[in-house]
Amino acid sequence: MNEPQANTKTVSAAAAAAAAAVGAETDMRPQIEARFQVAWPGFILDVDERLPARGVTALFGHSGSGKTTLLRCIAGLEHAAVGRLSFKGSVWQDAETWVPTHRRPIGYVFQEASLFPHLTVLGNLRYGQRRSRGGSARTSLGKSSGSNSLGKPTLAITESSPDTDTDSVTDRFSLEQAIELLGIGHLLQRKPAALSGGERQRVGIARALAVNPRLLLMDEPLAALDLKRKQEILPYLERLHDELEIPVLYVSHSPDEVARLADHILVMDEGRVLASGPLNETLSRLDLPIRLGEDAGVVLDGQVAERDERWHLLRIACCSASLWVRDSGAEIGSHARVRILARDVSIAQAPSSGTSILNSLPARVLSLGEDAHPALALVKLDVAGNPVLARLTRRSAEELGLAPEQSVWIQVKAVALL
Amino acid sequence: MWLTETDLEAIWLTLRLATVTTLILFVVGTPVAWWLARTRSRWKGPIGAVVALPLVLPPSVLGFYLLVAMGPNGPVGQLTQTLGIGLLPFTFWGLVVASVFYSFPFMVQPVQNAFEGIGDRPLEAAATLRASPLDRFFSVALPLALPGFVTAGILTFAHTVGEFGVVLMIGGNIPGVTRVASVQIYDYVEALEYGNAHRLSAVMLVFSFLVLLALYVWNPGAKKR
Repeated sequence: MNEPQANTKTVSAAAAAAAAAVGAETDMRPQIEARFQVAWPGFILDVDERLPARGVTALFGHSGSGKTTLLRCIAGLEHAAVGRLSFKGSVWQDAETWVPTHRRPIGYVFQEASLFPHLTVLGNLRYGQRRSRGGSARTSLGKSSGSNSLGKPTLAITESSPDTDTDSVTDRFSLEQAIELLGIGHLLQRKPAALSGGERQRVGIARALAVNPRLLLMDEPLAALDLKRKQEILPYLERLHDELEIPVLYVSHSPDEVARLADHILVMDEGRVLASGPLNETLSRLDLPIRLGEDAGVVLDGQVAERDERWHLLRIACCSASLWVRDSGAEIGSHARVRILARDVSIAQAPSSGTSILNSLPARVLSLGEDAHPALALVKLDVAGNPVLARLTRRSAEELGLAPEQSVWIQVKAVALL
Repeated sequence: MWLTETDLEAIWLTLRLATVTTLILFVVGTPVAWWLARTRSRWKGPIGAVVALPLVLPPSVLGFYLLVAMGPNGPVGQLTQTLGIGLLPFTFWGLVVASVFYSFPFMVQPVQNAFEGIGDRPLEAAATLRASPLDRFFSVALPLALPGFVTAGILTFAHTVGEFGVVLMIGGNIPGVTRVASVQIYDYVEALEYGNAHRLSAVMLVFSFLVLLALYVWNPGAKKR
């Protein structure tokens, strides 16, 4: 494939825009370096990637694409014969080194919660927490950064003694924090068999957090749950994302989960990496058919800026662009994420009046690309620093005379608040 | 008292032998069961077959080989003599050694099945929660395999109580030393003392039934878990 090279310029411009959009630090240093080669009968994994050690990185792909195997290699649950893995400078695997799973400062959430049936919920939570207490210097590094990022009023223990950062204090803090974050305080004395699937998975996530991991690995934590249970847990995962500074690798084949949670995405197919990068940049690439679900589209991060009580609308500010969406009850100032599908975006030469469409924004054409059908074209636009995709017929593109750097107006028919 | 003093002595000896054998097998059999449950080695098949041998071997064959091995010219016999223990045949500890071999599969197989039933996942979860391999074994594998251990313990104990051929080969018939209940009954029958044989047999029958009852009552509950 040579196309990626041709698009380098636009891609890097979009990368910068995307980084600015999520308000991320300028430090883009890749801090997880993973190279694995696994060859089993009927399956190969061949990955050489650098991943950011912050935010949520989705490992996205069909089942059998190797994403779970990659995660297990990173956890040390699989021992790839050829492999090298380093996390924030410390080597976990190379030709001479093998750090076994129980010595890696990770938390792991399995697809089925995999709670210990002979222990209560509290026993499960304490299992790892007790064993991580007074661990190596590596883990205490993670503790201080983890606890500082949380300002729960009910958990003021560390605030009273910020400098006497002893293991026992931070560990208790972390366990209470995990229980609070996942809302499982009322379940502590129950056995796993007496929990619903959703509750079990929340305990599984809390158990992984209670070890104070420096890296959280999640293997399709919602895949075994029905839609209702998924809706029950997703808000907790979003809180995790917003409140913790622990980097998360999140394996999923669900477009919705990725759209809601991921900052970065690694797309896998048949044991290889198709694409990797910040979510916006990767989703708006025209050279690769990276789709979350059935349709092309982008995900934008912003803030709830204004509430219109009369019309029950919210104004979401993404950089300097504003989008009106239905009022979901979100608080002013809270982080908001919206998804815009390419098919819902149309292009005009002038701001239009006399239309029912609420969101009409100035934009700049970045590039044009082909779509699945020869009648259609995908246009990548810059809207106040945000990449947006629009789908239109090639005929329309021709009639508008679309070309890179051209200034246009986009009309967004539907904006989904995630 | 309708059981004679020699009967009580034989029963006491039998219970002692079964208890000691079961305790030893918990210690010796568990690592073997663990290895058989977890290994991907090509030796799994051969070792598993050797462990199961006492199930099909006539007790006299096993007893014969053990007698030869532990005898004055056998390798085990020479070792025990060098260590100053003397010879094991026709002693209580000789019976224990023989019983350990004879009851080996009754300990290993239920425990192995229990370990296999746990699967990899709970142990992997424990590993991600900072538990070392030994820690995982004691904190996860053992508690989860507990029903298997109960089954194995009961089966081993009961099987040792019911042992006859191996005892005759290794231990002979020394009152208070190697004359267990089953041998005592044999003696009664040989001497045509059917009344005595009836009484002791009835005790053994009731005992065996109670043991199996305990096993069958325990098991369904254990499987629900």
